[in-house]
Amino acid sequence: MIETDIIIIGAGPVGLFTVFEAGLLKLKCHLIDSLPQPGGQLTEIYPKKPIYDIPGYPTVGAGELVDNLMEQIKPFNPQFTLGESAVTIDETEDDQFIVTTNRGTKHKAPIVMIAGGLGVFEPRKPPVENLEKFEDKGVEYIIKDPEFYRGKKVVVAGGGDSALDWSIYLVENKIVSELSLVHRRNSFRGHLDSVQKVMDLADEGKINLITEAEVTGISGTDNVESVTIKHKTQGEMVKECDHFVPLFGLKPSLGPIGDWGLEIEKNAIKVDTEAYTTNRPGIYAIGDVNVYPGKLKLILCGFHEGTIAVQSAFARIHPDKKNVLKYTTVNGVNGF
Amino acid sequence: MAEEENMIKVYIIDREGKKHELDAPTDMSMNIMEVCKAYELPVEGRCGGMAMCATCQCYLESDTELAEQSDSELDMLDEAFFVEDNSRLGCQIPITKEIDGITLRLAPEGN
Repeated sequence: MIETDIIIIGAGPVGLFTVFEAGLLKLKCHLIDSLPQPGGQLTEIYPKKPIYDIPGYPTVGAGELVDNLMEQIKPFNPQFTLGESAVTIDETEDDQFIVTTNRGTKHKAPIVMIAGGLGVFEPRKPPVENLEKFEDKGVEYIIKDPEFYRGKKVVVAGGGDSALDWSIYLVENKIVSELSLVHRRNSFRGHLDSVQKVMDLADEGKINLITEAEVTGISGTDNVESVTIKHKTQGEMVKECDHFVPLFGLKPSLGPIGDWGLEIEKNAIKVDTEAYTTNRPGIYAIGDVNVYPGKLKLILCGFHEGTIAVQSAFARIHPDKKNVLKYTTVNGVNGF
Repeated sequence: MAEEENMIKVYIIDREGKKHELDAPTDMSMNIMEVCKAYELPVEGRCGGMAMCATCQCYLESDTELAEQSDSELDMLDEAFFVEDNSRLGCQIPITKEIDGITLRLAPEGN
């Protein structure tokens, strides 16, 4: 069991900066994030994009801002559980929370701050009838272990780098017995090298390339046995296969946090702006994940919200301790 | 009146088929996705307007001349669902007087 003062769910910019503000109050933080690296959307979606509305920075790259935040919180030695998503929350008799991830990692703290942004990144699922019925029965959205596909007939769908690169990998390493790549358009917009490689493998007859087409249906008694592919002009055809792997990138959704008994409005967590508390005492929500009258989804507003919330968290953890706002210009930053 | 000089009409057909007449300002650097959100139409605009999701996808139903699509918009539409030949990302259509009277139909949810 990992024990800390504040469990922060979401290691985006707001979660990271909250570590700093908590650290000034001598509170330790542990962050949980479903992505394998800190930074949230900034590193996952737009690391190269410039941001112009961080006070004091005329411009800062999204990835650079995350690097700076990591540097800024280093003195407070934050701990991370990365690549795992928070799934359940339980309350103990001594007013502590236990947050458990999808991999069973348990975290205990008196305070939980949800800085989950847009939510957990999950695979984008194409609108194919029966798709969910065949999940883990031949439909996979992420290739975890390529060996899983050894000797199998696989249909991959998508036109981005992930679809291209995995198709190449599975064929060049002679893992699959047959690979079909289905893409809606005639051209691919992945890396030029990858596109060329796929074209070459298709010419050699090693990849069955089906463009201007979409997978529209799946059949099988228990497991996937075939998919229906609809071509733009040539109509429908049935392709026998053992696996259908749609690779269309990730999208965020609120996920299991939506079932934590928190008041939800418009896919966000309702908070009281006095301290960004939720309806469950001890659980706070800060940044893009929360909603209140006048809410603006801006990084700078999230920084403010986290700062206010940790003051309230301190009072909750140490009801008898006096506290007064300290300035870093006076005291500097004293880590632990 | 100055205010009206900077306003155009935008017609949005929602997912129930209802047509909404919206007044959109040309001097606020807005785009179609933002106008829809301002009128509380069911447009998510998850990525904030960077052409990095397709939750503002719509179909151009008028013969309005639009600027050529950027590579980033085409890239996103390449990976999007429910794409048709007249698909556009609302966030990539700026509100200008040239598009006065444009009609767009919202694409289904699920992107």
